[in-house]
Amino acid sequence: MDEPDTEPPLVVVPGADPSARQLCFAWGPAEVLVCETLFGRAGTGDGAPSSSCVFVVRRDQDIYIQTLRKLFNESHGIFMGLQRSEEELAGKSRKAQLVQVSKNYRSVIRACMEDMHQAAVSTQDPALQGQYSTQVSILSAMELIWNLCEILFVESATAGPLLLRLLDWVRLHVCDVDSMVREVLSSESPSKHKLFWNVVDVFVLQGRMDEARHLLSKEASANPTSMNMYKILDDLMKKMPVPSLSNTQTLTELELKWQHWHEECQRYLQDGTFASNPHMESICKILLGDEDAILEKKELMTTWYHFLVTRLLYSHPTVKPLELRFYAQSSMDLFLGGESSPEPLDMILMAAFEFEMHQVIKECSIVLSNWWFVAHLTDLLDHCKLLQSHNLYFGSNMREFLLLEYASGLFSHHSLWQLGVDYFDHCPEYGRVYLELHIERIPLSTEQKALKVLRICEQRQMHEQVRSICKIMAMKALRNNRLGSALSWSIRAKDAAFATLISDRFLKDYSERGCFSDLDLIDNLGPSMLLSDRLTFLGKYREFHRLYGEKRFPEAARLLLTLMTAHIAPCSFWMTLLTDALPLLEQKEVIFSAEQTYELMRCLEDLTAGNPDKQKFQEDDIETTKVEMLRLALARNLARVIVKEGTVEGS
Amino acid sequence: MEDVSAKFVSQKISRTRWRPLPAAALQPPDLFATGSWDNEDNRISIWSAGDLGNAGLNGEYHGEPHLLCDIQHNGDVMDMQFLDQERIVVASSTGTVTVFHHHQNNQTLSADHRWEKAHYHVDQDTACGGAACTGVVCNNPEIVTVGEDGRINLFRADQKDAVRTIDNADSSTLHAVTFLRTTEILTVNSIGQLKIWDLRQQRNEPSQIFSLAGDRVPLHCVDRHPNQQHIVATGGQDGMLSIWDIRQGTMPVSLLNAHEAEMWEVHFHPSDPDHLFTCSEDGSLWHWDTSTNVSEKPSFLHQGGRSTAYLSHSTINQSVVSAWLSSDPTKDRMEITNLIPNQTLSVNSLDVLGPCLVYGTDAEAIYVNRHLFA
Repeated sequence: MDEPDTEPPLVVVPGADPSARQLCFAWGPAEVLVCETLFGRAGTGDGAPSSSCVFVVRRDQDIYIQTLRKLFNESHGIFMGLQRSEEELAGKSRKAQLVQVSKNYRSVIRACMEDMHQAAVSTQDPALQGQYSTQVSILSAMELIWNLCEILFVESATAGPLLLRLLDWVRLHVCDVDSMVREVLSSESPSKHKLFWNVVDVFVLQGRMDEARHLLSKEASANPTSMNMYKILDDLMKKMPVPSLSNTQTLTELELKWQHWHEECQRYLQDGTFASNPHMESICKILLGDEDAILEKKELMTTWYHFLVTRLLYSHPTVKPLELRFYAQSSMDLFLGGESSPEPLDMILMAAFEFEMHQVIKECSIVLSNWWFVAHLTDLLDHCKLLQSHNLYFGSNMREFLLLEYASGLFSHHSLWQLGVDYFDHCPEYGRVYLELHIERIPLSTEQKALKVLRICEQRQMHEQVRSICKIMAMKALRNNRLGSALSWSIRAKDAAFATLISDRFLKDYSERGCFSDLDLIDNLGPSMLLSDRLTFLGKYREFHRLYGEKRFPEAARLLLTLMTAHIAPCSFWMTLLTDALPLLEQKEVIFSAEQTYELMRCLEDLTAGNPDKQKFQEDDIETTKVEMLRLALARNLARVIVKEGTVEGS
Repeated sequence: MEDVSAKFVSQKISRTRWRPLPAAALQPPDLFATGSWDNEDNRISIWSAGDLGNAGLNGEYHGEPHLLCDIQHNGDVMDMQFLDQERIVVASSTGTVTVFHHHQNNQTLSADHRWEKAHYHVDQDTACGGAACTGVVCNNPEIVTVGEDGRINLFRADQKDAVRTIDNADSSTLHAVTFLRTTEILTVNSIGQLKIWDLRQQRNEPSQIFSLAGDRVPLHCVDRHPNQQHIVATGGQDGMLSIWDIRQGTMPVSLLNAHEAEMWEVHFHPSDPDHLFTCSEDGSLWHWDTSTNVSEKPSFLHQGGRSTAYLSHSTINQSVVSAWLSSDPTKDRMEITNLIPNQTLSVNSLDVLGPCLVYGTDAEAIYVNRHLFA
């Protein structure tokens, strides 16, 4: 196995004191249980008693943030849409579809960010406020990375449009200067504001030429003396050639135009047109792509990737995707200037500029406290067919590995587990196994929840789990003395053994109380009666009672006899059945035929003879009396029936 | 402009209910309540459906439901029903039935009254004895609840103790309950039976039992036709919609293949009963419309405005009877539309009132459609 690239992060368990006592732990699916133990410290056994706390250490913490649930649920819908989407769509339309999916994901992140921001603003609790702000910055970093990946990987913008996309990207994400812009623009006379030139610079640095020109025109009208100078600068800015998204001009055309424009700027700078105004001179230098001039505005750019994009805009507007890495590296070095070391975010963006997709995903997995981001991004990139070559030395592939991790996190949540199911479904290799293991561990608090879990299992033909859930529910019902419910659960699971067990309980109740409970259920067993022999007997025996109650004696008698001769009734119950025959034998009219009476007698003899514990019958007075009474009744019935049958035949 | 507005609420929604409109109200319903399930802390929430009139002022927020107030609720919300304009009766998975009061002047919720462990297993005193209360129905001031313990309770909103309790009314789980008449209730259970109980009789037995033939598929929901009280619709575990005529027979008049999984709720439109709505575990919500065949008929009253259109409705209702009860509904050209095409997670609840529909899902979102018949 490879060595880990970074030191594993240290997790401090608040409340536990590893210096005093050892910690023991047990792995869970997505969490670890930790508790203090005295194990292995024989010498210090007499120390303070260990605390009675068990700590749950969770890996995917973000799952538990309330506001983020919106992110999980909404992105689940997008994820499912992506899995369903037509792979057949060829070329352009497929790409447009994937870009749209990516944009949807980003808009969910942004919506979530806004919610979180609202929460941060409205809360009074400073601790909570800090928490929310941290989340906002994490979300915005996620969106920043995602957007860059969208431009470079999903859309894979080509030279020309690439720069436009990067400019949009910078404008969208460098919002630190927005408040300054707003302040200046809303002041009474913007050109008199002390930050006026800063704002103009910001516009120029971000390539927002029209806005910059608009501001400059205000300044120009206030300064008629330098009108000419403004006009020239304005003209330069207006004429600046930019790549277009449509295919109306070729790259060579653009390069030519741009070269021409560049030379014009150069001329004006050299002949000192702007020498009298340092602000305008520096703008002109920026237009020329002078690195030092741009770097001077470091504060206005705030980040190295802004610097990179500005630099590209003014010196390499037709940069090709694969050239990006050189400019990115040098821009970062120049911008940070050895003063500070790059942060994780910088490294991730750098990896993206270098087209090291795997590096991006790896760094994100390490830095971010959730699996959501990497799982969804990897899945999207996989659908773009960008990750196919890569296989891990464990599991199946990276997409599946990350989805499994994310879904496992969802399953450890008391409420979000339902989302996890669909993610497992789209992991072809291990998803099913994971689902089987996780679904069994869902606490089944109500029948409705059990039904939902059951539906998930049934849809996926997970028979083992179906049986297990039904058994749990049947057992619960049985413990609550709800025999009817218990029976319906075991019928649903087609669990013959359990149905037998419950039928026995019904029969036991009957022999104790002399009447059936839950008649509505037993009378309506229908075809499910055939599930187990005992259940069949229960149903048939109940039928006998019904026939008897309806005074349909001959039918009742026939059924009773069949129950014994066909060995449907358990032997232990024969005595009860024979006793049930007593009133039938004692009826005024003869019910049992001679043949049936012989059968009954044989049953009785089988019972008394077959019983190995003969002593019991002799000692037990009641039992003996019963047997004697039965014999008497049978004999009398036989006598009557012989007479009757003889008479009928004779007449 | 989309007619449906959605809001993600960070809790799985088990029930949504419109607040009833005062008699003779002309405006569409504006407030609804939701209950959540399977959370560590479940909540009852009151939402404003969002006002169409404010569209211009609120800009992008137009139409999105917004939270007015909420309150913590112990256990999953299994069922919920407005008792009147201000009070909501909530059934909990702990077996408790609670009446919540919505104070409209300061937008707060408070628990008015609580029947602890109205439903329980075996022994009321054991800690885990509570049994989930699965259904509740109100007919102010009467409240009827049913539960997993097979018990039926009759409460009055103003009385501390149950007015009537039928222990062991059903040997299996009772899933839902509704009023048939003021003194009679209908229950459905997990072995495919529909039972009528007459609360005037002291016998603890149903006055009539209807059942599905064959597979005894559990029934999950029941609703009664608002005008023709003998027409009853139920939804089952296999997603089948059954229409029963309780005047005759013991079996459903028609079985309509519908959803692919459990049907969680079925509702006749309260004022337009030729429309029926069902929602299911498979993530779909269906609108069943039997009025189409009638509207195609030439009508002499069509030239008029709204009032005449209303008149023609009464004639529609005449034929609806046959539409719901006809043994072959396909002949009558029932129009069925799925209102949610791409949902994957369960739609647990829906409610219709006037032109408005509200539904809640396991994907933690609530949806409001204000132009059902547009």
